[in-house]
Order: sequence, then structure tokens, then C-alpha cells
Amino acid sequence: MLSKRLIACLDVRNGCVVKGINFEGLREAGDPAALAKRYNREGIDEVVVLDVTATLEGRRAFEDTIRAVSRELFIPLTVGGGIRTESDAAAALDAGADKVGVNSAALADPPLLTRLAARYGSQAVVVAIDAKRLDGRFRVFARSGSASTGRDAVEWAVEAEACGAGEVLLTSIDRDGTRSGFDCELTAAVSAAVSIPVIASGGAGTFDHFTDVFRQGRADAALAASVFHYSEHAVSDLKHHLRERGVPVRC
Amino acid sequence: MIALIDYGAGNLTSVRKGFAAAGADLFTPAEPRELSDADGIVVPGVGNFAATSALEGAWTTAIRNAVNDGTPLFGICLGMQWLFEGSDEAPGVAGLGMIPGGCTRLPPREGLKVPHVGWNSLHAPHPSRLLDGVGEGTQVYFTHSYAAPVTAETAATCEHGTMFAAAVECGHIFGVQFHPEKSSDGGIRILRNFVRAAKG
Repeated sequence: MLSKRLIACLDVRNGCVVKGINFEGLREAGDPAALAKRYNREGIDEVVVLDVTATLEGRRAFEDTIRAVSRELFIPLTVGGGIRTESDAAAALDAGADKVGVNSAALADPPLLTRLAARYGSQAVVVAIDAKRLDGRFRVFARSGSASTGRDAVEWAVEAEACGAGEVLLTSIDRDGTRSGFDCELTAAVSAAVSIPVIASGGAGTFDHFTDVFRQGRADAALAASVFHYSEHAVSDLKHHLRERGVPVRC
Repeated sequence: MIALIDYGAGNLTSVRKGFAAAGADLFTPAEPRELSDADGIVVPGVGNFAATSALEGAWTTAIRNAVNDGTPLFGICLGMQWLFEGSDEAPGVAGLGMIPGGCTRLPPREGLKVPHVGWNSLHAPHPSRLLDGVGEGTQVYFTHSYAAPVTAETAATCEHGTMFAAAVECGHIFGVQFHPEKSSDGGIRILRNFVRAAKG
């Protein structure tokens, strides 16, 4: 049976792992390669490295960081942040990423997803969607959550899949960094609308939040940062917790 | 030296890194004739089966000749599908055809997503060189929408809506549908087993 995936996210700025609350107030929390190595050892299923300020400052995700992180990993690595063109994607993949996460650039130019999928395969193309509840709907925000697009998150996910995206990395801006639980309603709405896997992100605080997002949220994978960050046994303890509740996870 | 075929559809960096962890440095031949010196041949691959059309002609001939001369061959993901006769994903493109059968799309099933992405467990019906030391139920990383049928050459099966060939072994022809270079310790063990076959 296909396991539910646990994904550790490293939000990176200037080569250091940082963690913000509601996308703001970044503070430093460590060396990306050292953390990746630790997570790999602890049994994480996948790692995502996001250059959190790349789009705002017009920078590419740091290739040196990707290279250093990928050296430590024999599990899938996704890189996002500042992937605007095919050559940005090529640089990230050449540096050792297996998948690239595309957010603002895909919103501005959806055929970018098609071009990337044609060149690297859909399995390498992750559409990153940052969504926020607004007037009773889930709205898409671009540029690290700073720009409203007016688009509906479910509709955009469906369009992105049709364009060639192979996975959805869905972040709730409302829950990001709050540790108050994933937005299961948002996740379930997107997961039901697409046939590609949906990675839920934003709000992980307790082990039960993961159980909830896999059950109610119908997530295929769940991503977190701080939950894994501050405890050495978090990954194995969380897997044990999920297994006891009947959620299939990798041993 | 083991040759890694670059036909523009491989995650070469990761495959090379995985083999390095398994104790082998790979070289990327620029010309098909360089394969005559290879101890083993690795055909990687991600994406659409149509991408394997770049192998048609001289590369396919050189790979087939090398295999007929006893050189071990290892197909990964799309590279494994290519060992078969073809795939519904690109009906006009011929595979190597050294393993009988064709690849088909994973069937839609309620509650199961296609592509099949993530960690799933292997079931080995009988011992094989490729999966030596890899325990029953070991989980490995898959990402694919098409899959090869279960045949006499199947070394391990996996299930996602249907049973499909997760690994094949036929003499010195080997293949895996999953990504051993992304499958942690179990995956590296499989790469090491191929390296051993290539050196043997």
C-alpha cells in the first residue's frame, strides 16, 4: 500500500534555515545540509528546500545550498523559490533537485508548467499554491503570500494539473507557522478536485494534526518545518503515532 | 567502468550520486561505440516514454550488441519500461524489446491517485540477484503513471490499483520501476547488487 509521506521543509534565506510565522518575522534556525542529513537519518520521506525570499528579491534559489543538501540525501528533494524560467529549473535540477516547485511564475505564465513537464516530466514539476481564506473561499496569493491574485485555489490546482504539474504543494497562509493544525477543509477541497498528489502544508503543531490532514484532509503527504526541527525523535515518534491510528507510513 | 546513458531524459546527477554511494563511478559515453568497453550499462529515465525515441537507432543497436556479448544492463524507471516492447504512452516508439510485453497506464481506482507517487512496498516472489539482501516488504520510492506487466521476468511486484512489475531480472538484464537512487538504504543496496553483477 502506498504510504502517506512526511516531508521536512527547510525555509532557507541567505544559506541559513529560517522559520517565519504567517510568512513574516523570519528567524534563523540552522545549516540546511546538517538538518537535511539529520532528517534523512531520522527517516523523513522527502525534503523540500524553499528559498523563502527569492521571489521578492528576484534571486534564484542558491545552487550551492541545493548541492550541499542533495549530497546528504538519498530521498527525493524538491526545490522552490525563485524558479521563474526553464533555465532556473534546469539549474536547480542540475544541482541535485529531483523536483522544482513553481509558484508565482506559474500563476503569471501557466504554460511554463507545460514546458517544464515536456522537458523534465510531470514528476519533476510541483505547483506550489499559497492559499488564504477570503470571503468564504480559498484565494491564491503570489509572491510569498504578499500579492492577491483573486484566483480560486481549487480552480488553479485543476488548471495547473491540466498544464502538466505532477504534484500540488498546498500551503495555508492562515495556518503557516501557527501550529494550530493544517487547513483540512482547504486540503480536502483541492485533493478531491485533482488526480495528482497533494502535499498539505502550514499549521502542523501536534501529531494529531497529521492524522487529521491524512484522514479529513485526504492529503497524500504532509509538510512541516518546526515540528521536526526541535526534537530529535519527532519523525520516528510521529510515524509510530500514525501507524497506531491506521495511517500507512514508511517504516 | 559502468556506462550511464544520457539521452536527455534522465536525472543523471542523482543516479550518479546513488552509484557513488554504492561504490561505482559512472561514465557517460558520447558515442554508442564506447559501450563495447563498458562493464555494465545503466539506462536512467524520467518523463514520457516518447523521450526514449532518442535511443532509437545507433544507441539501441549498441546496447543490444553489448547485452548479447554479456554486458549487464540496468534500466531505471522509464529505462526499465524501455526494456519492454513499448508503452501505450507513446505507441509509435519501440522499446528495446528484450523483455516481452508492453507498458500500460495504471488503472483509475476510487481513492487512489495516478501518478503513483511515493513509498510503496516490494513483494519478491522468488530470490533474485538484484534484490539480494533487500527484505520482503521493503519500501521504495515510485513516481510513474505507466507500468510494466507481471511476467516470468518479474523479480518484484508492487500494487497500486493493480499488480505491476516493480523489478525485473532476466539473465543479466535488470530493471526497476522505482528510483533506487531515491529509495534510501534499500535502494543503495540494489545499486550495489547491480555493480556486483557488472564487476562479476
